[in-house]
Amino acid sequence: MTDQERVVLFKEKAAAVAAEVHEVKTSAEALDYIVDLCDKKEACQLMPVGCEAPLSDKAEAVCSAKQKKVIAAPGLDAKEFKALKTRCEKVGLELIDSGMREHLAGIDIGFTEVQLGIAETGTVLLASKSEEVRLASMVSEIHVVMLPQSKIVETSYDAEKYLVDAMKGTPDYHAFITGPSRTADIERVLALGVHGPLELHILLLED
Amino acid sequence: MQKADNLKEYREELHESLNNDFLRTSLDKFAVAYKAGRANAFKDMDVKGLIRKIADSKDYAAQHIDELYEEFKKNAEAAGVKVHFAKDADEANNIICRIAQDTNCRTVVKSKSMTAEEILLNHALEDQGLEVTETDLGEWIIQLRHEGPSHMVMPAIHLSRHQVKDLFTKVTGKDQESDIEKLVKVARRELRRKYAEADMGISGANFAVAETGSIGLVTNEGNARLVTTLPRVHVALMGIDKLVPTLHDALRTLKVLPRNATGQAITSYVTWVTGANECAPGPDGKKEIHFVVLDNGRRELADDPLFSQVLRCVRCGACANVCPVYRLVGGHKMGHIYIGAIGLILTYFFHGKEKAKNLVQNCINCESCKDICAGGIDLPRLIKQIHARIQDEDGHPLPSLLLGKLLRNRRLFHTLLRTAKYAQKPMKEGEGYLRHLPMMFSDQNFRALPTIAEKPFRDMWKDIRPDVKNPKYRVGLFSGCVQDFVYPEQMKACVKILGDNQVEMDFPDKQSCCGLPVQMMGEMKAARDVAIQNLRAFQKGNYDYVITLCASCASHLKHNYPKLVAGDPHLESLAMEFSRKVIDYSSFVHDVLKVSADSFRKTNESATYHAPCHLCRGLDVHEAPRDLIKTAGLEYRECDEEEVCCGFGGTFSMKFPELSSELLKKKLDNVEATGADVLLTDCPGCIMQLRGGLRRRGSKIQVKHVAEAMAENKK
Repeated sequence: MTDQERVVLFKEKAAAVAAEVHEVKTSAEALDYIVDLCDKKEACQLMPVGCEAPLSDKAEAVCSAKQKKVIAAPGLDAKEFKALKTRCEKVGLELIDSGMREHLAGIDIGFTEVQLGIAETGTVLLASKSEEVRLASMVSEIHVVMLPQSKIVETSYDAEKYLVDAMKGTPDYHAFITGPSRTADIERVLALGVHGPLELHILLLED
Repeated sequence: MQKADNLKEYREELHESLNNDFLRTSLDKFAVAYKAGRANAFKDMDVKGLIRKIADSKDYAAQHIDELYEEFKKNAEAAGVKVHFAKDADEANNIICRIAQDTNCRTVVKSKSMTAEEILLNHALEDQGLEVTETDLGEWIIQLRHEGPSHMVMPAIHLSRHQVKDLFTKVTGKDQESDIEKLVKVARRELRRKYAEADMGISGANFAVAETGSIGLVTNEGNARLVTTLPRVHVALMGIDKLVPTLHDALRTLKVLPRNATGQAITSYVTWVTGANECAPGPDGKKEIHFVVLDNGRRELADDPLFSQVLRCVRCGACANVCPVYRLVGGHKMGHIYIGAIGLILTYFFHGKEKAKNLVQNCINCESCKDICAGGIDLPRLIKQIHARIQDEDGHPLPSLLLGKLLRNRRLFHTLLRTAKYAQKPMKEGEGYLRHLPMMFSDQNFRALPTIAEKPFRDMWKDIRPDVKNPKYRVGLFSGCVQDFVYPEQMKACVKILGDNQVEMDFPDKQSCCGLPVQMMGEMKAARDVAIQNLRAFQKGNYDYVITLCASCASHLKHNYPKLVAGDPHLESLAMEFSRKVIDYSSFVHDVLKVSADSFRKTNESATYHAPCHLCRGLDVHEAPRDLIKTAGLEYRECDEEEVCCGFGGTFSMKFPELSSELLKKKLDNVEATGADVLLTDCPGCIMQLRGGLRRRGSKIQVKHVAEAMAENKK
């Protein structure tokens, strides 16, 4: 399979599981995308349903703790983080790279860089030894990942060596992420965003 | 959960399910959607090859279970995990309770684990005063309702959105709507608080990778990632059968598990945890992490030559998804804790004979589960073996004992069948059916039952045996009881077609019942004795093929005879040779004789087809009979769910008439919807069921064996 075929297959398979895939030419373009996405989104209001259903008083208290729109981008290198910070400040968004446990009620966007993509299933591999990365990818309403196109492999077996090596450098925590969080536990009707993100956006970086 | 003391009580419970319209409708929809989804997910993949490799790898793991455990433990401990071995459920519960005590945990969040259900972990934790919250949506729902799962992957599949709405209204103290999206978001937000507060997270593990000491968790909701991240203590509970040598083994299983479970190429999340990861509230900013590896009878299973294959199960739940009986009665009646075909088996091993004794009788032997099992487990065979074991321990019920004794004595059995011809006279309804069944058989009235034929095939044979010049093949005919004594005309049709195609035939008259009915009743000794009689009857014939028109006989002769006589080298080689020669009518005529459409008249009749379980799955024959319908000059009309069981199942239909009649109803609804004039099939048992059912409906559709349709239209 050629590089181009792998990219095409990856896009097709990721789209099939409700991930949004966009190609970006530079990482600057990726940062613009995130800020724009967050700016357009209303805090805790974007999703079709969720906030209007009444909760128990205790759960309601957790939820109302969240007010401002927040992007979390843990694990980003200092230069990128600074560039993102500048963009966020311009439109009045809060950007954090730590302290995720203070934001368990939810953040708007979690942005992470992923290490590999698996074309046959549209999967991304997220190294998440860091607790902040793990949480940013789970408590965000939208999880945005950046994946260099050259890092797309064909099958899960092609990711095996990478993963075994990572596991041997203990401790280690890796996730295969394929589309947003989903459930079909009520009447087998598919619903997205049960515990994790309601949306997964994959930015394919040309490299 | 199984509470029934005896079969009568169990059948009463089945009636509850049969009367549950919501359950019936949703499981019907699921059964149809699942098959399409699975087929799509496996498109262009070598599924059988992959399953074979998984079976080999799991068998290897079972044979090296102690070494793998040592390797896993060493690597996990080197990465900062405390590894515990629990020999049974009590020990596992005690270990986990003690960890909670030692680490001062008061609240627990759990991600879904069937192993935790197996040991009733929640009860043990709650008895210690811990607050336990299930976080998988389905598990949370059933936890709140104080129920067990009704499916291994979709635990709340038996519940409607309205029931969930009522439940969530109660839980939140606020009125909720029955919109599923909204209900899911209520769970999302209610449970988020639970994660935030929990001291301990308990997960299962789908894989325990020995080479790295890692565990792999397969989820869609992502709850396992939160359960293994937020609380300061993580306990993963896993059966020792989850051990795999390498990550490659796990990745291979991962190619089948989600596809088989839900028709997904992969789940949304697969989480790989190795060692004590970063965890802010943990000691030194690290997670306190424990792996509890459970035996609970698994190591003993690993040493069992037949039952070790049970350990290949990857808990995908597919055996329930395709089971026609599950589809009727749901998971609460099709398992104790583990559900579906594997559930019937695991109930016996993990929860004992009392819980399993009724369940294991509720297998219709259609082999749908065996056909799709991710580990290639011969589920129906194991279920029958357990049934036999229980009967050996508890004593055999009289009817099964009598049938066993009767079948072993061919002369007595055949004399009895001949005598029945006279005994049935007062009950004849005409046209070959019995009119009124005696009171004790009143629940069999959903289909008209046939009468015994005036003359069995064995008595006609010497008069109709064709004299074939220059034969191309020499074959032995195996009629089976039904075609010998009830439907000899089907055998005659076969003799005509074969005779016209230069096939020399022989009918060894010492042949008897194939023995499947007694095997179905758990009479293994009788099944073996009958097999030996038949092997000897065919031993000296020097046949190229042994032909049978009964799919169930064919599959039983081919696959089970070598197993039944295992242990005796002479009989084994006899059975192997016999087994190689056995072929079903349609395959022989289609693949070997390659009959041409030129030899048949074209008719204006349309025919639909019912694929007998033991032909399409038992022998993997699909195209031959459908092609022959066209060859024989009929128009073939495909029927919905053509390869789904008709509900006969031999003695099953006598034992569970309420299930048999429902399966028949579905089948006939689909058949009638085709508008075909004729229904063709390849098994006299199916014909008995289908004809009897259509007659009760007053339908004009005729039911015939493929051989009969061919003989009628032969030029």
